[in-house]
Amino acid sequence: MSEPQAETDWTALLGQVRDTQDRAAFALLFRHFAPRIKGFLMKSGASAALAEECAQDVMATVWQKAHLFDPARASVATWVFTIARNRRIDALRKSRRPEPEDLPWGPEAEPDQQDALEMAQETARLGAALAQLPEKQRALIERAYFGDLSHSEIAQETGLPLGTIKSRIRLALDRLRHHMS
Amino acid sequence: MTMNHHISEPMLMAYAAGTLPEAFNLVLATHLSLCDDCRAQLAACEAVGGALLQDAGSVAMDAGSFEACLARLARPTPAPRLAAKGLFPAPLRDYVGGDLSAVQWKPLGMGVRQAILTTDKLATARLLYIPAGHGVPDHGHRGIELTLVLQGAFSDSTSRFGPGDLEIANEDLDHTPVAEAGMDCICLAATDAPLRFSGLIPRLAQPFLRI
Repeated sequence: MSEPQAETDWTALLGQVRDTQDRAAFALLFRHFAPRIKGFLMKSGASAALAEECAQDVMATVWQKAHLFDPARASVATWVFTIARNRRIDALRKSRRPEPEDLPWGPEAEPDQQDALEMAQETARLGAALAQLPEKQRALIERAYFGDLSHSEIAQETGLPLGTIKSRIRLALDRLRHHMS
Repeated sequence: MTMNHHISEPMLMAYAAGTLPEAFNLVLATHLSLCDDCRAQLAACEAVGGALLQDAGSVAMDAGSFEACLARLARPTPAPRLAAKGLFPAPLRDYVGGDLSAVQWKPLGMGVRQAILTTDKLATARLLYIPAGHGVPDHGHRGIELTLVLQGAFSDSTSRFGPGDLEIANEDLDHTPVAEAGMDCICLAATDAPLRFSGLIPRLAQPFLRI
């Protein structure tokens, strides 16, 4: 079986996990993301055994929180990253992670396909911009996100085009608040 | 709520990366609960993490790892933490154990009160209660101090801070925050190094008060 590549496929697979507890879809997500989570945690200083255990745990959380994923506000990779990051803080720093409160609504029952697609495209563009950064700058950002670089060392200017993604997410939030009131 | 002072981009990026002390995370999570603009900016910073994860080197999972993961699915699903009714957003309520009425205040003198919240030792988080029109003693910082206004407002040499506003002060700033007249000011603050007070008496009291 070939692995799906496009980000939209991950969104669809996660939707199948959410709607029908589809284990085959979950297996594809697991095969793609679990080894990446394990690599991410090992780069952050976890032993292979701890990283293995945490990666399983992160994927179990992906299954359990699938109903909270909103494709208009994040790509699947981004959402998985946030779960892995919190697990890392918990496991490696033995510290709690205060998170903003959940929005008073879940994702829309039928998120707009176009929104999800555009979000996926923006994320892909960001990935491309990241790949094109000078090696030194990219390495610094990687260390910041993967290697527990101290917060005072994080560069003031990353040179990454975050403005478009931010505006898109801001619009999605405004629309959700409007729907609610 | 209209806010004028937000989380800086490097600070949001560090929050997204997960490298800040717990006390800082608490202050930022509380502001983020009130501010859609910073929430969107945070999501953009998290997208950087997503892009890095997507490209990250993989390390093969152990044999039987998928089955072991399936075995974990039986555990209970955590409930969502929704917006709280009251003064404190949900992340702060988690640390206080309730809303304003649950805070265990300790007097600091001149009507100023504080309550230390338990976090990891990399930084200290505390709630501050400053009566309307009063100030907290003039102080500087060795590290970074984050101050989030929850009720009322204060002013210092840099600006005015109202509900939801976040001040990020570094070690260059010597300031005397003064609460505005009319309403007592309640703030959530975090420091990653002890404050330096300019006067002798507060300096002597400092080890006892942990401010």
